[in-house]
Amino acid sequence: MTRPHPARVGIVSALWVAMSLLAAAQRQQTPTPSARSVAPVDLTGYWVSVVSTEWRYRMMTPPKGDYEGIPLTPAARKIADTWDPARDTKAGEQCRAYGAPAIMHLPGRLHITWADDMTLRMEVDQGNQTRLFHFGLAAQFTTTSVSQQDRKTERTRTWQGESVADWQLTRPATGAGPPSAFPKSSSLKVVTSQLRPGYIRRNGVPYGENALLTEHFDVVPGTRGEQWLIVTTLLDDPQNLSQPLLRSVQFRKQPDGSGWDPTPCTAVW
Amino acid sequence: MGPDAMHGGVVIMGKSKVKSRKSTVSLQVLLALSITAAPAFAQSDLSGTWAARNQQEQLIRGGSGPRVVDYTGVPLSDEGRAKALAWSPGEISMLERQCLGYAQPYMAVGPFGLKIWEETDPATGATIAWKIGAWEDRGTMTIWMDGRPHPSALAPHDHDGFTTGVWSGDRLSTFTTHMRAGYLRRNGAPLSDQATLTMHFLPHGNLLTIVAITEDPVYLSEPHIETKSYERDGSAMRPIGPPCVPGFEGASGEVPHFLPGKNPFVDELTKAYGVPADAVLGRAETLYPDYRKKMRGR
Repeated sequence: MTRPHPARVGIVSALWVAMSLLAAAQRQQTPTPSARSVAPVDLTGYWVSVVSTEWRYRMMTPPKGDYEGIPLTPAARKIADTWDPARDTKAGEQCRAYGAPAIMHLPGRLHITWADDMTLRMEVDQGNQTRLFHFGLAAQFTTTSVSQQDRKTERTRTWQGESVADWQLTRPATGAGPPSAFPKSSSLKVVTSQLRPGYIRRNGVPYGENALLTEHFDVVPGTRGEQWLIVTTLLDDPQNLSQPLLRSVQFRKQPDGSGWDPTPCTAVW
Repeated sequence: MGPDAMHGGVVIMGKSKVKSRKSTVSLQVLLALSITAAPAFAQSDLSGTWAARNQQEQLIRGGSGPRVVDYTGVPLSDEGRAKALAWSPGEISMLERQCLGYAQPYMAVGPFGLKIWEETDPATGATIAWKIGAWEDRGTMTIWMDGRPHPSALAPHDHDGFTTGVWSGDRLSTFTTHMRAGYLRRNGAPLSDQATLTMHFLPHGNLLTIVAITEDPVYLSEPHIETKSYERDGSAMRPIGPPCVPGFEGASGEVPHFLPGKNPFVDELTKAYGVPADAVLGRAETLYPDYRKKMRGR
């Protein structure tokens, strides 16, 4: 085995150092693309819910004790059995059915815009609620680290909680490419914690402050040229649910804001 | 760039011998993407068993099924409503009508999970079709992926229909025609043999959501969309077939039915829960939030 010539080793090393410096310099010059600029799908605009499932639970307030389909723990059932909308109103808790785990299931309209390059804003006319989906925080707030973060900081719990967003990009099966070459079929994943306790269903079915909501937002084409926003939700709340609650709902895209009807929270419909 | 390069921009950066500014920039883009996105690969592997949790619409999808007259959420046309109201539960005792409720849209409204597998060409390895196994009532869905055309409009219709599929990134979209006339819901909400079904399969790790959009120019006033989510299940689920084998249940030969205006269940849901008649009868306007204003004005 022959030893490489010292001069050749020196040249290769110098080249390697130079290339590394060049790459580092360009990393500094090239800003990290914003979540907005790499968005694989356009979620912005107005969307209207189409209530084709669970009509009676979503368009009306079901009677106390009607918990069909929800895997409540015995403790949660006891809580639900004490539901009193008048008491909630008196206590200023009339938004309990408008929290993040429930609000996508209310019949209403969404208005989605970019608050800034790393924050997607979703306004919901029912209950005058606003959700903010923050990108770039995934490393800090992964599903496994949320509880640790909660312990570290005393943050205010809110109806919409704190949402960490992450594009779920699809890459071509063979060969990588720039974002523009990626198929436009990717989705948005949002994980929400720091929730103020509320109701999964309007009749007092509870979720707790440690609930963790994972959502996937997809846009699919319809049969008549329209677009549909499909929201898959998984609510994990061991305190109140014996198993995670898995549901999905759909919204149809609107050309404009017609029908937008901001209305305050009410404890009962 | 070889296949190994597909395993994440970070790895690429660590191993590459960057040869040009252009390649450096593109690698940086990939690195940035690896920070902001969880990459997935096109044409997801849908194969396996997907369990239905049935926590949503439990009464209609599982359990005892819907009430006799509960068309809430289904945008029936006037013809569809009239046919639905003529339906009597006794109809499914008839040999020739026992299986009418289990056309392919039943996948989204029935209680069962899915077993999905791929069929490949033994010579080329190319995917010929995806199969979604039958389960008790519903027939197997064969999703042809080899580009074959749908049969002629005059071709016979059957229990399974004819389905083709196409990938869009990691999603599979399908289109089904040639279904036999039947029911859209297990209470006689009808489906004509002119109906088509468009489906999207949306995989999210161990979750799968299917979107089923049924078009029916005869019995629906607008497309009917349903979604249903499943969770990947490590335990094997055997496909059960053949689907829906009719058996004699003592029907006398006449067709059980209700004459117009004589359906005794028409106001059952209204009396039990106060659901407005327009919603019970599946008028399209009741599917939208604006209908709540009308309800409040009552």
